[in-house]
Amino acid sequence: MADDGIGASVRRKEDQRFLTGKGHFTDDISRPGQVYARFVRSPHAHASIGNIDTSAALSAPGVLGVYTGKDLAEDGVGAVPCGWTITQTNGELWNAPPHEVLATEKVRYVGDQVALVVAETLEQARDAAELVSVEYEVLSANVKLDQASNSDTAQLHESVPNNTCFVWGLGDEEATKSAFNRAKHIAKLDLYNNRLVPNAIEPRVALAERDSGDDSCTLYVTSQNPHLARVILSAFVGLVPEHKLRVVSPDVGGGFGSKIFVYTEECAVLWAAKQIDRPIKWTADRSESFLSDAHGRDHLTHVEMAMDDDGKFLGMRVDTTANMGAYLSNFASLIPTYLHGTLMQGLYTTEAIYCEVTAVFTNTTPVDAVRGAGRPEATYLIERIVDESARIMGLDPAEIRRRNFIPSDAFPYQTQVALEYDSGNYGPALDKALSTLDYKNFETRRANSETEGKYRGVGISSYIEACGLAPSQVIGSLGAGIGQFEAAEIRFNATGNVTVFTGSHSHGQGHETTFAQVASERLGVPIEDIDVVHGDSGRIPFGYGTYGSRSLAVGGSAIVKAADKIIEKGRKIAAHLLEASESDIEFTDGNFTVTGTDRSKSIAEIAFAAYVPHNYPLDEVEPGLDESAFYDPPNFTYPFGVHVCEVEVDADTGEVSIERWVAVDDFGNIINPMIVHGQVHGGIAHGVGQALLENAVYDESGQLLSGSFMDYCMPRATDVPSFEIGQTVTPCPHNPLGVKGCGEAGAIAAPPAVINGIVNALSSLGVTHVEMPATPQTVWQTIQNAKT
Amino acid sequence: MYDFAYHRPDNLDDAANILKINPEATVLAGGMTLIPTLKLRLANPSDVVDLSAIDSLNVLSVAGEKVSVGAMTTHSDVSTSKELMETIPGLSRLAKGIGDPHVRHRGTIGGSVANNDPAADYPAAVLALNASVNTISRTINADEFFTGQFATVLEEHEIITSIDFPIPRRSAYEKFSNPASRYAIVGVMVADTEAGVRVAVTGAGPSVFRVAKMEEALSNDFSADAIAGITLSADDLNSDIHASSEYRAHLVSVMAMRAVNSALTQ
Ligand SMILES: Cc1cc2nc3c(=O)[nH]c(=O)nc-3n(C[C@H](O)[C@H](O)[C@H](O)COP(=O)(O)OP(=O)(O)OC[C@H]3O[C@@H](n4cnc5c(N)ncnc54)[C@H](O)[C@@H]3O)c2cc1C
Repeated sequence: MADDGIGASVRRKEDQRFLTGKGHFTDDISRPGQVYARFVRSPHAHASIGNIDTSAALSAPGVLGVYTGKDLAEDGVGAVPCGWTITQTNGELWNAPPHEVLATEKVRYVGDQVALVVAETLEQARDAAELVSVEYEVLSANVKLDQASNSDTAQLHESVPNNTCFVWGLGDEEATKSAFNRAKHIAKLDLYNNRLVPNAIEPRVALAERDSGDDSCTLYVTSQNPHLARVILSAFVGLVPEHKLRVVSPDVGGGFGSKIFVYTEECAVLWAAKQIDRPIKWTADRSESFLSDAHGRDHLTHVEMAMDDDGKFLGMRVDTTANMGAYLSNFASLIPTYLHGTLMQGLYTTEAIYCEVTAVFTNTTPVDAVRGAGRPEATYLIERIVDESARIMGLDPAEIRRRNFIPSDAFPYQTQVALEYDSGNYGPALDKALSTLDYKNFETRRANSETEGKYRGVGISSYIEACGLAPSQVIGSLGAGIGQFEAAEIRFNATGNVTVFTGSHSHGQGHETTFAQVASERLGVPIEDIDVVHGDSGRIPFGYGTYGSRSLAVGGSAIVKAADKIIEKGRKIAAHLLEASESDIEFTDGNFTVTGTDRSKSIAEIAFAAYVPHNYPLDEVEPGLDESAFYDPPNFTYPFGVHVCEVEVDADTGEVSIERWVAVDDFGNIINPMIVHGQVHGGIAHGVGQALLENAVYDESGQLLSGSFMDYCMPRATDVPSFEIGQTVTPCPHNPLGVKGCGEAGAIAAPPAVINGIVNALSSLGVTHVEMPATPQTVWQTIQNAKT
Repeated sequence: MYDFAYHRPDNLDDAANILKINPEATVLAGGMTLIPTLKLRLANPSDVVDLSAIDSLNVLSVAGEKVSVGAMTTHSDVSTSKELMETIPGLSRLAKGIGDPHVRHRGTIGGSVANNDPAADYPAAVLALNASVNTISRTINADEFFTGQFATVLEEHEIITSIDFPIPRRSAYEKFSNPASRYAIVGVMVADTEAGVRVAVTGAGPSVFRVAKMEEALSNDFSADAIAGITLSADDLNSDIHASSEYRAHLVSVMAMRAVNSALTQ
């Protein structure tokens, strides 16, 4: 098994089709009689909608239908829900205004949809969309996060006073107050966690088709979780009963969280397909993606750390304002609360913690999960305040971390913020990262850079994340409207090869390889005889899809459970065929053997017997070899690690170049090192993008200024150095594979590493903080400000 | 895109005729600016006249004291031309820094100069090298050519045919790129020419401009130190999410000094 089982860097099975242009993405699918949709979008950030005149559009060539919010309302179409209820600090429930599929009374961000045009061709739909005339009464826009909750700021939703969705707290406020009273030193920082546009390569697409024969519908959609989409579309939006709706998300070209959610466009297209009884396709253009894919981050935070004389962390206080955008996207409320507040312990023994989050509405694109979702924001503020603490204490940033790390013998460790860390061993990861970087001799390198007129700095980021979402009962008690187990089915075919069905979804992560490796190792079937099927509610068992680095820890565990059932049943069949007692049958490397003999049956022979049950224990077991399992994890998983980078700053221009990057991550056991490295590389690049380049900026009227790649800067290969990647291995104690999750780690670890590095480089100039993204202008301006 | 008629004439006369008959027609060179504009439905020409089949526009030649670059010469061809590297290395380096490989293999010098994007690189070279712009009907000196943001003295439908660059004693271009688009936030071309030292700045203002104070200082002493104390006022400079006018003013000084150093080491 060593060649393609667990631990082998098996080349990705899916790459054959991706690299030869044979992938099947949603836009590649066309259905007979297909027509095209185009949305009429608001050019204003905030306006009342007056009359909508669709007559000219309706009589334009090729037009099949023009629909407004009124049409949907009359048909009883519901709003798109946010699936996580928040209970506020005052005990009251949050303010969750409805998100209509097409806006009726008001538009609330540039790109908000007011009408849908369906025509025979895309160009006809575009032409007709320009003919829809909408009367707007423009209102003043609320775009400044720090002013959103003021009473004199423009109000978005009637049911939401002061634009405040909720005020939520976690931790012990009193204990924290008393820690600050006892403190000998207090570090303080104000930080902005910049807004990101997710920018998957493949834009969102929805293709909806109704079969009038049995009144069922199929929605092909770029989704990270087709079953969840089906539940929302049927139960909440009320478009098609669950059993009459099939949701297919075929190959998906990147998601980064933005394709977790059910969007209004998909609802509208599905509804319209029922009206005109023709398949309708909508493909977002890049400008639409910028405007209407849920954005990420956008937190404004004040953080304080209380310390004793030795730099031990006594207490931490966090006050965050989180931007929800104009409406609540499906998981918007979860991100700044249970994926952010619960991470405030970091890797440290901070004795008391209190985190308060105020979530506000603004006239901007809705904000939801983007790679890391809440955990990058938490890690950024923790690792920045830890460095600032080191600075005011005159301690080495590595030393202050060591002094405060949760010791390896303290696990399981109950945090001050609800989670119980199951395992951890932080010191070795820090040591390994620092020795790889040759931290000892950093000052020599700094001096060398100085001779070339450059400022060199080193930045440390030690992170933890909660992954493997999630124990259903725990999240249910915290307000989740869904469960988060995962499902798997292993189906042996009569000829001995295998199809694995998973509720998890791959949109770049390589499940078809990693999951096949797991099945191959467990069942002793060669990897080329295993296919993994995902992404089609018509084929797979009910699952919760992929996000939150959950696929392997939860979905992989379900596969292990199903494999165990297969082996258990196979053992009974083998005992019958080999005329031995079941307890004498061993299973190794794909063979059932009578202990101590050479009498054996391969698992393929067992499968054949199960499908052609002539000589078969029919009184004991059913025919067929097809088992499914659901796995609900007992806890989150807790990957951790230390990333260290070295940067050089050109003070003349403010340019930052990253010279080195050492990552030591602990993901527990690793199934495919090559795939894990790829995830880490991509994650770091994503995090470097946030730290140095990416920024969604609105002007005062709510126009997105960085609405194209000409102004929104994605990281390029030249923006990152060659990564030096290492691992420590602390297996997860509670799932059968001992795995944790790796897809978000880089994006979580990287931003504070970069910013700590820049601040370290410029410390001699008196710089104590640089805001993200640390663009040349920002860095240059920060240096100028420090000079005066 | 809106519908339009597409033409691909193989000589200049035919191109001019099509443009004359169709007042709403437009010229297409590399399409790096025009095609996105059409796709976003920001332009609605009746006819598009593609110049790519007119061979006479795609020549690059060195004759005596000048280099003549045909309007349809791509940035890639300019950046890899041996003759140019030997005669005006500053110009080939400038072309090498435009956009990305895709843009350099499609975009043309004629399209860039006709468009006069405030952040484009070539206008700095045209102005600093004291080039002349040849059109289908006349020759225009660089100092008269650029009139404002996206504006030139070109008449409606006046096709640029080539640009003549007098060979300077030395020249260099230094650019501070917009990290996203790679256009110039500030680009400075310094050239020591027959007509004296010329310093042209692109990206910083509404249109490319010369900096007299720097030219004067460099005429006396062609060294970075000579202009170390010279800073522009931020008042008339561009300001956007990538760079404030103060930052641009500062970058002009930094890039100018770097350009002088670079010219001196060539
Ligand atoms: C991603 C990207 C990055 C870029 N980065 C840079 C950069 O860093 N620096 C830079 O300088 N430029 C940059 N550009 C612009 C590019 O260099 C092109 O030169 C520019 O778009 C125009 O040239 P074109 O040949 O593509 O012209 P087109 O797009 O075909 O035409 C542009 C305009 O000029 C007119 N025109 C074209 N040729 C002639 C002619 N011979 N006579 C009269 N009028 C004419 C057209 O009618 C049109 O109005 C970038 C473009 C893109 C898309």
